[in-house]
Amino acid sequence: MSLITVNNLVRYYGHQRAVDDISFTLKTGDILGFLGPNGAGKSTTMKMLSGNLAPNEGEIYICNFDLLDQPKQAKSEIGYLPEQPPLYKEMTVDEYLAYCAQLHNIEKQLISDAIKLAKTRCGLMETGRRLIGNLSKGYQQRVGIAQAIIHSPKIIILDEPTVGLDPNQIHEIRDLIVELGKEHGIILCTHILPEVEAVCNRVQIINKGKLVYDANMDDLLATQAKGLHEITLLHPPSIEQLYGTAEINKVEQLNKNTFMVHTTNRTAEDIVHAAVANNWGLIKVIPHERTLEQIFVDLTLGDEKLSEAKP
Amino acid sequence: MILNIAKRELRSMFLSPLAWTVLAVTQLILCWIFFSQLDVFFSIQKELTSLPNAPGVTDLVTAPLLEIASVMLLMISPLLTMRLISEERRNGTLTLLLSSPISIREIVLGKFLGITLFYLILIAMISLMPLSLMMGTELDLGKLASGLLGLLLLLCAFAAAGLFLSSLTANPGVAAISTFGLLLLLWILERSGDAGSTGSIFTYLSLTHHITPLLRGIVNTTDLAYFALFIITFLLLTIRQMDAERLQG
Repeated sequence: MSLITVNNLVRYYGHQRAVDDISFTLKTGDILGFLGPNGAGKSTTMKMLSGNLAPNEGEIYICNFDLLDQPKQAKSEIGYLPEQPPLYKEMTVDEYLAYCAQLHNIEKQLISDAIKLAKTRCGLMETGRRLIGNLSKGYQQRVGIAQAIIHSPKIIILDEPTVGLDPNQIHEIRDLIVELGKEHGIILCTHILPEVEAVCNRVQIINKGKLVYDANMDDLLATQAKGLHEITLLHPPSIEQLYGTAEINKVEQLNKNTFMVHTTNRTAEDIVHAAVANNWGLIKVIPHERTLEQIFVDLTLGDEKLSEAKP
Repeated sequence: MILNIAKRELRSMFLSPLAWTVLAVTQLILCWIFFSQLDVFFSIQKELTSLPNAPGVTDLVTAPLLEIASVMLLMISPLLTMRLISEERRNGTLTLLLSSPISIREIVLGKFLGITLFYLILIAMISLMPLSLMMGTELDLGKLASGLLGLLLLLCAFAAAGLFLSSLTANPGVAAISTFGLLLLLWILERSGDAGSTGSIFTYLSLTHHITPLLRGIVNTTDLAYFALFIITFLLLTIRQMDAERLQG
């Protein structure tokens, strides 16, 4: 079942098309990394999905409820952590979470259980009676996440959840996201690429309001392993000889012994085989993957260069 | 749901020193006024007994007390209402409300109810002063009730106007100043132009024109309707404003 279906979403700020005709779906078990440079329209899209902002055009279905026609049903299936966690600094963690539970219509006798579960998951067991304003940034962020999962929504939207956390906390939050991903559909909005590689199983890249990339992480990894390799050989053959082996179709000589070879469909293993068979004295092979970072840069910067080139 | 929001609003007011300060300061000043009015009453009591149809303690002590309370609260109310929505917007907590399964109407009504509950506490505390006179004399309870009702309606009107102006900005200071300006303008409106002539539109719009009779014990449906319309208008404007914001961002 698809948890979120978005059709042709458009949003203007004045005359600027901040979000331009975006469509996608989110299924149960998806941890979707929503990537984009600053100002690409990530947060605007998230605001629309959470009902904070009305789209100019297009439809949003949350668990088959139209967000515009049946906002209450739709919103009760979403947990949303905005960029700035919506915390009341003068309340204690317990009070705050109880209030959030009330806002989401959790029955009175179930509230304390819900709070306990959310606190356990976010590592907040010790901090229940402390004032939110006195907590460190990392703990405030956790309270923000606890707020988003307190009503066990089917969909959790996290907008840059690891900003301002220390490396240990980042690790914990990522583990938590993977853990949550088993039961909920998650959209993780970020521009930290390693984070996406670590936790997501689907990637979308948005640039200038348009969706420019959408792939499963598995597909991405499969294409990564092929293509570009840097090899260093003790007894290098002539370049013509290199062209003859292992479907190599482009060679750049970096120095006397080091080459950059492009293949269409071969992995490092094939190149090693060829090198051993021909006794080239292979001492180093570095696969140059087309990483997520590279894809990201190509898709989001390439465009800019093009438009800059125009007068 | 409205009640949950109202409860939180009330709690957060008492968690900050603001609510306590407001209660303490109004109580202190009104106490002073109360005693000085009592003093005046005692000094002229002898002459009053000789007059036929003389004004009683309710007219000479309670009514002036409530009139001064209303002027004081005109100045204090903007400070209480300024943060209602603007602070939530500034701290990003408005997002929590907007992404929860609650309608904007419920948010606005919840906020309004929260501040109204605070004003009820305030009025209850103020009313203790005249009620304490019951130990020694007889009060005109009808007049007192009318005065307290008037004060409550007036404060609700202050709150509704303050709520609307708070929804227009993310800066509580701006909300406070503009609320104060608007209320003061409505307060002095009667004095401008053709002063006193009851037919004038300015007179009709003026808050003073409608509150004075109530505080003196005259309940008039026109005045009640004025306050009801005043409050409803500003609440509707607030709801509209918040809806428009979702559309325009």
